[in-house]
Amino acid sequence: MIIKQLSIFLENRTGRINEVAKILGDNGINMQAFSMAETADFGLLRLIVPDVDKAVEVLRAANIAVMLTDVLCINCANTPGSLSATLEKLAASNVFIEYMYAFSDGETANVVIRPDNVEAAVKVLA
Amino acid sequence: MIWNPNKECMSREQMRELQGKRLQKLVQYVYHNVPFYRNKMQAMNVSPEDIVTIDDIVKLPFTTKQDLRDNYPYGLQAAPASEIVRVHASSGTTGNPTIVGYTRKDLAVWSEVMTRCLTAYGVTREDTFSVSYGYGLFTGGLGAHYGVENLGATVIPASTGNTEKHIHLIKDLNITGIACTPSYALYLAETLEKLGIDKKDIGLRVGAFGAEPWTEDMRKEIESRLGLKGYNIYGLSEIMGPGVSYECQEQNGSHINEDHFYPEIIDPETLEQLPDGQQGELVFTTLTKEGMPLLRYRTKDLCTLMTGECPCGRTSVRMSRIVGRSDDMLIIRGINVFPSQVESVILEMQEFEPQYMLIVDRVNNLDTLQVQVEVRRDFFSDDIGSMLAMKKKLSDRLKSILSIAADVRLMEPGSIERSQGKGKHVIDKRILK
Repeated sequence: MIIKQLSIFLENRTGRINEVAKILGDNGINMQAFSMAETADFGLLRLIVPDVDKAVEVLRAANIAVMLTDVLCINCANTPGSLSATLEKLAASNVFIEYMYAFSDGETANVVIRPDNVEAAVKVLA
Repeated sequence: MIWNPNKECMSREQMRELQGKRLQKLVQYVYHNVPFYRNKMQAMNVSPEDIVTIDDIVKLPFTTKQDLRDNYPYGLQAAPASEIVRVHASSGTTGNPTIVGYTRKDLAVWSEVMTRCLTAYGVTREDTFSVSYGYGLFTGGLGAHYGVENLGATVIPASTGNTEKHIHLIKDLNITGIACTPSYALYLAETLEKLGIDKKDIGLRVGAFGAEPWTEDMRKEIESRLGLKGYNIYGLSEIMGPGVSYECQEQNGSHINEDHFYPEIIDPETLEQLPDGQQGELVFTTLTKEGMPLLRYRTKDLCTLMTGECPCGRTSVRMSRIVGRSDDMLIIRGINVFPSQVESVILEMQEFEPQYMLIVDRVNNLDTLQVQVEVRRDFFSDDIGSMLAMKKKLSDRLKSILSIAADVRLMEPGSIERSQGKGKHVIDKRILK
């Protein structure tokens, strides 16, 4: 399914990521999954939270550069080969994956995928 | 040693008389050949006949860098195009560079004054001298080059870049003197150490350093690491190029070639001439120039003038080190950079907020420029590629405007400190004492 991911621009500065985590924590917003992408100058924190609107509101109020990005969240069995089966379908339909990250929780695994074409990816995996 | 004792050691009375005569002639010349000056003088109700002695110079109008830009490219040129044999250009703020045309006689004067500098540093025709200023539109390279040739020493036109090869030439050709920026001298020292070459294995003994501000501490460091004696050289392309003033063995101020470049110190606010010894803005009048003579050109450099005979025997007035600028110009790796240039680039790109900060530093003896800029909220992207492309677009644009590379830092909106009133856009971490 398509979900909204928070993409947060972070200057490379000690403690900056904690500032974001603290704002979310103080507002009772739990981080369900995230990944950090880094370059020499800045980082991009990609974040899945239950209450997207509230998170955006409190982060923007703190002057943090946050954007919303459509990503695909899929649920697959936490077993060898199950991710490959999904990725194969996407590749066969020429859907390119810009980035992805995953977290497993016992029996199942949740995979967040940013494809170049979200709609096409949804169709393929439907 | 003194190259031209007749001029460099002239009595003060004779010098003032010579300057007065030359000023008279200059004013006649520009009045009849440069409409810009004729109009200015007419507006001030001054005619060439009003100029009799050098003291009458205060009646004349000033010239600014803006005047040069407004009259781009040849508006202030006095000599006909057929008499111009060379053109140099200096980077200005955005838009027009400053174009300076030289006649054959101007180039001869330039070589003469450069030769006086080199001789004061102790360079002779026995020396092999490397010119490591950039050759090209910048006056440093060719200006120093013809001075060395005029002196009769051997010139090695090394220019800048390829430092390792340069060091091998210094060693193999027994190069004894070098002209470059002080920061390049330090870079050279570092490269020398990296190559494991001892300073005793090279024969450098004289350095002519200029084109950027430097300090006594830098002098000591360069001298100890390269095993030479470093001398200050001062110049600016609008007036001539390197060779306007030079240190002698006493190293107590730089002697001005005042038979060609008449110096004044003014209060940059009131524009009144200040008495000797008081700090203010340095102003030059080109007493003998034909191509683009300038009346009372405001250098924006702040310093003091010192009179009185120097133990070296020269009688010419000396200028102190440049202690600052009366505008916001920065000199980075020898290149003039104005914060307004950066601002104009940022303002024309819709990706950025009109907030920026320039951080100037000296890392491993080379000046660095970092430009911090806030990205507009709408232009942030989850795609790192497009963020980096935005950064590159700004770096490329800055490079083409400033002629030096700037390290662009993308910042979050609101992260650059806002100041009350006049924005503070520069943090210069270089320690210049």
